[in-house]
Amino acid sequence: MKVSLRWLKEYVDIPWSVAEFAERLTLAGLEVTGVRPVGVPIPPGLRLKSEHPSPVWDEDKVVIAEVLEVRKHPDADRLHLVDLNYGSGTITVVTGATNLKPGDRGQKVVLARVGAVLIDGYSAERVLRPLKPARIRGVLSEGMVCSALELGIAEEHEGILLLDPDAPTGLPLAEYLGDIVLELDVLPSMARCLSMLGVAREVAALSGQQVRYPPTQVLFGPQDAAAQVQVTIADVSLCSRYAALILDSVQVAPSPAWLQLRLLLAGMRPINNLVDITNYVLLEWGQPLHAFDYDKLRDRAHGQTPHLFVRRARLGETLTTLDGQVRTLHPDHLVIADTAGPIALAGVMGGRETEVGPLTQKVLLESANFDAVSIRRTARHFDLPSEASLRFSRGVHPDLVEPAACRAAEWMRQLAQGTVARGLVDVYAARPADQQVSLSLAYIHRTIGYPIPREDILRILRSLEFTVTPSDQDTWLVTVPRHRLDVQHGPADLVEEIVRIYGYHRIPPTLPRDPLPDYQTPRDGHVEDRIRDILVTLGCQEVITYALTRAERERPLVGDGADYVRLLNPIHPDRSVLRRSVLCSVLEIAAQHLRETNRLRLFELGYVYLPRPGEKFPDERRHLALVLTGPRLPEFWDSAAQPPAQDFFDLKGVLEGLLEALHLGEAARGTAWTEWQPTSVSWLHPRRAAALVLRPSTSHGASKTLPPTNSPSAPIVFGYAGQLHPHLNDTYQLGRREVYVAELDLELLLPYLPERFACRAVSPFPPVRQDLAVLVDESTLAEHVRQEIVTAGQPLLREVHLFDVYRGPNIPSGKKSLAWSLTFQADDRTLTDKEVAKLYQKIVGRLEKHLGAQVRAP
Amino acid sequence: MELEQLRQQALAQLEQVHDEAALRSWNSQFLGKNGALTQALKRLAQLPPQDRPAYGQQVNALKEALLAALEHKKAELHQRELARSLAAEALDVTLPGRPVLRGRLHPATQVMRDILAIFAELGFQVYRSREVEDDLTNFELLNMPPHHPARDLWDTFHTTTPGVLLRTHTSPGQIHVMRQYCPRPIRVVLPGMCYRYEQITARSEIQFQQVEGLAIGESISLSDLIGTLSTFAKRFFGGERRIRIRNSYFPFTEPSIEVDVDCILCQGEVPGPSGSSGTAAAASSCTLCKGTGWLEILGAGMVHPVVLRHGGYDPERFQGFAFGMGPQRMAMLKYAIHDIRLFWSNARRFLEQF
Ligand SMILES: [Zn+2]
Repeated sequence: MKVSLRWLKEYVDIPWSVAEFAERLTLAGLEVTGVRPVGVPIPPGLRLKSEHPSPVWDEDKVVIAEVLEVRKHPDADRLHLVDLNYGSGTITVVTGATNLKPGDRGQKVVLARVGAVLIDGYSAERVLRPLKPARIRGVLSEGMVCSALELGIAEEHEGILLLDPDAPTGLPLAEYLGDIVLELDVLPSMARCLSMLGVAREVAALSGQQVRYPPTQVLFGPQDAAAQVQVTIADVSLCSRYAALILDSVQVAPSPAWLQLRLLLAGMRPINNLVDITNYVLLEWGQPLHAFDYDKLRDRAHGQTPHLFVRRARLGETLTTLDGQVRTLHPDHLVIADTAGPIALAGVMGGRETEVGPLTQKVLLESANFDAVSIRRTARHFDLPSEASLRFSRGVHPDLVEPAACRAAEWMRQLAQGTVARGLVDVYAARPADQQVSLSLAYIHRTIGYPIPREDILRILRSLEFTVTPSDQDTWLVTVPRHRLDVQHGPADLVEEIVRIYGYHRIPPTLPRDPLPDYQTPRDGHVEDRIRDILVTLGCQEVITYALTRAERERPLVGDGADYVRLLNPIHPDRSVLRRSVLCSVLEIAAQHLRETNRLRLFELGYVYLPRPGEKFPDERRHLALVLTGPRLPEFWDSAAQPPAQDFFDLKGVLEGLLEALHLGEAARGTAWTEWQPTSVSWLHPRRAAALVLRPSTSHGASKTLPPTNSPSAPIVFGYAGQLHPHLNDTYQLGRREVYVAELDLELLLPYLPERFACRAVSPFPPVRQDLAVLVDESTLAEHVRQEIVTAGQPLLREVHLFDVYRGPNIPSGKKSLAWSLTFQADDRTLTDKEVAKLYQKIVGRLEKHLGAQVRAP
Repeated sequence: MELEQLRQQALAQLEQVHDEAALRSWNSQFLGKNGALTQALKRLAQLPPQDRPAYGQQVNALKEALLAALEHKKAELHQRELARSLAAEALDVTLPGRPVLRGRLHPATQVMRDILAIFAELGFQVYRSREVEDDLTNFELLNMPPHHPARDLWDTFHTTTPGVLLRTHTSPGQIHVMRQYCPRPIRVVLPGMCYRYEQITARSEIQFQQVEGLAIGESISLSDLIGTLSTFAKRFFGGERRIRIRNSYFPFTEPSIEVDVDCILCQGEVPGPSGSSGTAAAASSCTLCKGTGWLEILGAGMVHPVVLRHGGYDPERFQGFAFGMGPQRMAMLKYAIHDIRLFWSNARRFLEQF
């Protein structure tokens, strides 16, 4: 809503500077988002930028002048010489304006003299230029008559600006027309402020004044309107009120300059006096109006009295709207129709056939109220946002129908010399009940948390035109004024009115003193944070990616035929389903990073969305994905120490580090531990793939949050890790490098996170380290060997560490040597050599027996 | 006085010693088994008995003096040797350090943590709710019945399941929390990803995080809301930040407010007088606040009675506040990030700065 302050001051005084005014409106909910100075500087302190550079009209150099005579230019056909009286003198200027011709006299125009800064009317861009003396075809011109464009009032110009005849000659234009236009962002709850009067009411409430309402009396002619039109509302749910006024013998002409300028500053284009008046009243009252050519309605009724119907369109009916488009209608659309068919899209746009034009003599003025939802849908369906549909779709009180119609009729009588037929043909089908709200001082104070004084509360409500009557001790019955539809939920709505006018800045801040909840929400987020922190300490970079993807991209990772949460209205095919794989998203980022670098170590902890048969909502599960490739560390200048490439064991190292830090590692003694098992999945290198298996501990029992379907000891595969299958490198644009990846379903893992664990005592007795190298078959898994060692070494074997894997000379083919470092320690004594030797032998015996291992001489 | 001669000779020769080998030979020449000092002591027997004690003392004194000189020389040689080897170990300390494995959190995670940590101190626990929601919870229960004009504020991604959509804000979480904990008091923050049907530009994304806050009790008031948000703004943006509260509109709060913080770049300073010759010039040129001096950071309000009722709370007895903010926007303000697309693009040069 563009608000001219000069216009606004007709209804209410503004007792503040423009800057303070803008701030007060903004804080009260009418946010001032832009300013347009008209011929004056931006007011000091106003912290807004103007969209366009605007000229400031110099008091001495831009003044109102009267045309004394227009003469032909001696040497140019298209130019005229204009003699002007500008109050303190006369001047002759050259002009090419088409709306001044030889013989004209008495017009009021705007004279700019040399030095005045104006918009260059001949430049395609909006540039400001000081006016210089010019010799035009031999005639010296030390000034010019200005167009609305040159003055910065309009975006286009048709000749020079002609002011109204009563414009005082010699008055600086800035004094006569200078203005500030504020752009207001009107909230849905403040639709009443899509009008000058609505804004004026806010100003009055904020400044404690009264609004000066414009007159709404009409001087009626002798004829009766009721005899000239009949109105039927067929669907009361979509039209609560429809009123028509008839004006005869109107003269269609351009509006006076003041009216045209007001429309221009409000962002509307002047058309003719009839249309301009409907727009003017729409801006003043917020009530959309429409003017029909009455004679055309009568023609359509074959000379009979026109009968208007407000009804739903019939399927397939058409209407040619004002913009010349043929609209095919549907019963969802509300139309104004007569006996011959639709004549207007109700509240959205009029029809072309019954439009008023230069030849119109008789007018039917519509002032009506239409259902907000219906108008909103129709305007959207036809993509026809208009000033009328904007207001109807936000809600207009039907009581405004009458004053707006009368105001417009009286203007039409005065400015278009019409005769108004007596009476409003008014069908008020559904008058909304008066809203009454019971409001107590205690409620207000409790909600705001600060005792706004009783007198302030009453003053604010009354200044907003609420009727307040005491009903009990500090309780009032408040009646909502008949221009508002937004008070629907009782006292809470009124508290907002009170506090926004009183001023939020006057409420002293406090912190809640209410008791804190006695419960704990699930602390899942802390686990996510721990996982992220651990991975960061392990050198991984976190990424966060789109949850929306394209199913085909994921297919190699999730398989064919996977079910997806699909969007009905995707913005792009690449973002059309909710992902099932986090790894796929991270691979996309990896490919992007690999264009700039050859090493990366990325992870994402995010959601996947798995549809569940027969259920409304998908299973939203947290997954963890890792992608590693390239050198372990960035390049270093010491060429002898270049880092090796990351391989499977870097990936495994990271995951082991993570699981150990979560107390779910192989050495965990809590609720569960993890194992790595060779596996085969389609998207991993067939010989470099592992399943991560969680083995819930039978002895320690599971935590209370375990899913009931899992028997406590059944192993759970919670993820896969390995080298990405080389045939997928091209699919994911990763080049010819080994890329190591993992994806873990954290929802399977997290229930087993021990909430606490018992810290083992630190033995004061010395540990004994012994090395053990064994020859085993190439096919024997290191993990099996380790498990046998651990089992045999209980309870004094404290650490088992594989420090060498060796194949080559001295090792029979088909065999490998695994060298382990074993640490024995007791909590209560120093171990003797004999004890250690005995344990060592026990371990060796078990390895020989179970795995056919041979001990290599140390 | 041959002892005095011996002493001068020994010390003079010691002066000439510059390495360990020379020192060893000096040692045997003067202090060794057949050295000069031993020879001098042998002469004791040839002296008259009354002179022997004095002579013996003189020889011993000389021996101690030479031993001390020897030790001193040894230390001197050792120092010199050390200095020589240290010089050989010289390196260029301006060479770059050896790289270590360095991981980083995504900036969105860092900012989210900052936000949640501040609210944790104020007693707000974290509550999570689902991203795939239904129309009922995302709109209707939040006081936006079908065709409510305010629905236009949220352009929505719908799924192919009728009535199921991607949440457009974290506010449906309010309903879940209330229904879970009613009638107990509530003090939670709800972080999470939200989705909107929008063109992706430097300023708008189809996916973004939000943090919703909800406090419900018997006397949680508007002044508590103002105090909570003011505390938050100061802790998050630092310094003596001022906040400004504007009346606003959200269907699920009443009254509704928006909160601005004074510009962290230009400090909200009032620009000087404007308007150079003949033009109505622009006010100020701060790129962050566009000259307004204020940065919009969040929306909030008192929970609408309709929403309280939908959550199971009796508005006659309970009241509360809710607020919502966008961590991406907060990060953009705090770190002068000019393009929201940088977050999910995960551009390396972007991530590496955090
Ligand atoms: Zn700024």
